[in-house]
Amino acid sequence: MTRRLFTTNPRALALLYLLLALIAVVTGTLLSLLIRIHRTWPGLAIPPHGVIRPEDYLALVTMHGTLMIFFVLTVVPQFAFPNLVLPAQIGSDRMAFPRLNAAAFWITAASLLILLAAFFVPEGAPISGWTSYPPLSALAAAGPGQATGMDLWLIAITLFCLASVLASISFLATIFTRRAPGLTFARLPLTVWSWLVSSSLTIIAFTALFIAAAMLLADRHLGTSFFLPSGLVLNGTALNGIPRSPGGGTPMLWLHLFWFFGHPEVYITILPGMGLASALLANFTRRPVPAYRLMVAATLLIGFLGLGVWGHHLFVSGMNPYAGTAFGLTTIAIAVPSSAEVLTWLAMVFRGRLQTTTPLLFTLGFLSFFISGGLTGPILAQPALDAYLHNTFFVVAHFHLVMAMAGVFSIFAGIYYWYPLLTGRLMNEALGKIHFWISLIAAYGVFFPMHLAGLAGEPRHYAQLTGPVESFTRLLHVERGITWSAFLLAAAQLIFLFNLFRSARPGSRPAGENPWRATTLEWSPLAHPIISGDPYDYVRRPGHDEDFHPQWEPEKPF
Amino acid sequence: MNFLPPNGALHGVALDHLLRWNLGIIFWLFVAAQILLVLALLPRRSSPSAPTSEPTRSRRAWFFVHVLPLLAISALYLWMLISSHRLWAARREQPAATNPIDVEVTGVQFQWYFRYPGPDGVYGATRPTLVSAPAGNPLGLDPADPHAADDIVSSILVLPAGRPVDLTLRSQDVIHGFFIPGMRLKQDAIPGMIGHLMFTPTTPGDYAILCSQVCGLGHYRMQARLRIVSPAGYDRWLNARERALNPTASTASAPGSAPGNPAR
Repeated sequence: MTRRLFTTNPRALALLYLLLALIAVVTGTLLSLLIRIHRTWPGLAIPPHGVIRPEDYLALVTMHGTLMIFFVLTVVPQFAFPNLVLPAQIGSDRMAFPRLNAAAFWITAASLLILLAAFFVPEGAPISGWTSYPPLSALAAAGPGQATGMDLWLIAITLFCLASVLASISFLATIFTRRAPGLTFARLPLTVWSWLVSSSLTIIAFTALFIAAAMLLADRHLGTSFFLPSGLVLNGTALNGIPRSPGGGTPMLWLHLFWFFGHPEVYITILPGMGLASALLANFTRRPVPAYRLMVAATLLIGFLGLGVWGHHLFVSGMNPYAGTAFGLTTIAIAVPSSAEVLTWLAMVFRGRLQTTTPLLFTLGFLSFFISGGLTGPILAQPALDAYLHNTFFVVAHFHLVMAMAGVFSIFAGIYYWYPLLTGRLMNEALGKIHFWISLIAAYGVFFPMHLAGLAGEPRHYAQLTGPVESFTRLLHVERGITWSAFLLAAAQLIFLFNLFRSARPGSRPAGENPWRATTLEWSPLAHPIISGDPYDYVRRPGHDEDFHPQWEPEKPF
Repeated sequence: MNFLPPNGALHGVALDHLLRWNLGIIFWLFVAAQILLVLALLPRRSSPSAPTSEPTRSRRAWFFVHVLPLLAISALYLWMLISSHRLWAARREQPAATNPIDVEVTGVQFQWYFRYPGPDGVYGATRPTLVSAPAGNPLGLDPADPHAADDIVSSILVLPAGRPVDLTLRSQDVIHGFFIPGMRLKQDAIPGMIGHLMFTPTTPGDYAILCSQVCGLGHYRMQARLRIVSPAGYDRWLNARERALNPTASTASAPGSAPGNPAR
């Protein structure tokens, strides 16, 4: 039993990660529905809790963001999927450091438990948002939830950082040392290239967050003052003169450290999806990926530039205006390799005959959201325009489309596509397509109108639409439409959950050996393949029936 | 696009113009991309059979579907970069205006306070230990400092139309976001730091001041009012506040028309 539970088999670990992410995504979605309910019907009492108070609303937002960004959008593409297919795609049956890799899962599970425990401590979960800016996050008296709840949040994040770095070390070592004979870097699948870059980013970015979270914990409990200046007055009480009075630090240090993690994190969550999109478009158009080298170069360039754009989150912080100009420049620069990838995908869609399977539809959905969310990126990259749009619902719309929806649709594409590896069966296609179309339309119904609320100047994190001076009730019809779309979006996921569990049962469609007639090694029946070809060789040879050539088969002459 | 609130600031005209251009361009790019994706799903007359050999990549086709669009979109990004930088440089990479109206903005959970330096043009010293909103001293003005005696502390921001304003941004406790949608202004007030925000209001009227950085449970109600009035109306308001503060002082020194700040 212990042996089975504490497994080092990567595919079993992938299943555990997916179950963990399922708990997180169900919780995170329910929290988002409570957010929507409160925004539309603020006086509604929700049993057993009652009416949502302003501090409850901020706790909901904080926990929703933390669960979704760390435990769904990072855990699935960056932890679960590599465990599921990374060793297989390079022709290995295990990771380079199996125990280290398994330890990462158990630390992640502990992190999730500690985070969820924050709901049940006195005063509840923290209210300072997923970015946890000090001094709000540094002083227990700054608000409800900022005492024990905030401590649990910080411990959970510290553990998550540790797990991410361990897992990424394991992935990188595996890619470098366990490739099958003949699998040169020029023959690596683009998903593996993506994990190479995203794992490198993880080690750099999550180390920064690890340090920042540890420093904040020290500020809270060890009397250090990394993030706290002197002269603070909280609730009418000067903090000077009290024992261990703070001073000498600055919240700006947290802003820089946090976003040095926070922006690469966006690429950590989305790069695996970009690699998967290339692979699935090749698979379901039955054509190779054009410009393979360009795609690899774009992935590397995005990873490299992604480390130098964090300052665009600080345009309105009072940072030196020349720094704003510099970060605006790097941010626009990263749009160029991203655009190159998008144009390649669009060209791929039109080259071949599309096999409109569910994984392909979700890949097109990923592409749709990546474009619609990505296009507002260059607007927000302009310091002059960001000075109006920063922290409004325009930004909420932007990152929910480009990171959350694109990320989740890519996760769905991966699950529908790789489901046979876990169950030996295929998911129901008809249900998959219904799931796709409802989700696509409902997701646009939720996030497109948020651009308008943002242009109207509505800030994030407002527990009520009415304040003493300004009222955003003129946007109530927009808010109501968003809420109904959110209900529809959540309901569509019930179809997915039904399909997910139903299709695993005996009697549903067996997948066979290579159900998608794919070329990459996760579909290989061989334990020790020898590689002689390119990863996406969907080309018909004269005299052969097949229109593809798997990487594990000996090269056939043209 | 008429979702934008009415603009009342000098720099807002160019900002709105640029924002509308940006939104218009990306909206049509968005529509074009989504149409392409839907077209891809429509049944097409497919080539009779899959290619029987490595597709010979036509250089011309590659240029038209890939290189040319990438060059076009890079040119668009370059235009965005240059046009917005010109606006940003005009706003931020400039020396401070001469003879501006000085007001200090202080964020406190969950309230904005505005301090005018008074006829002497100098802000009096403040001490954290003296801060007491119930005692009528929310900013902790030090009575020992003679400059503090004439400082006006207000919960409404009143400014004259047509004169440059230099706001000094401070916070007592946590990070707040000073946001006036109608003035197209936003900058954080960070404790331990002093920020400056310069602008010129043009259109008289009332505007909402919001907090744009989550600052605690009362974040949503941390609002204040900005009132833009005529220069004469501004002088009247300032004189009235000054008299209320110091009934014995003469009203001869009209602060609104005082030439500059001798101390700066």
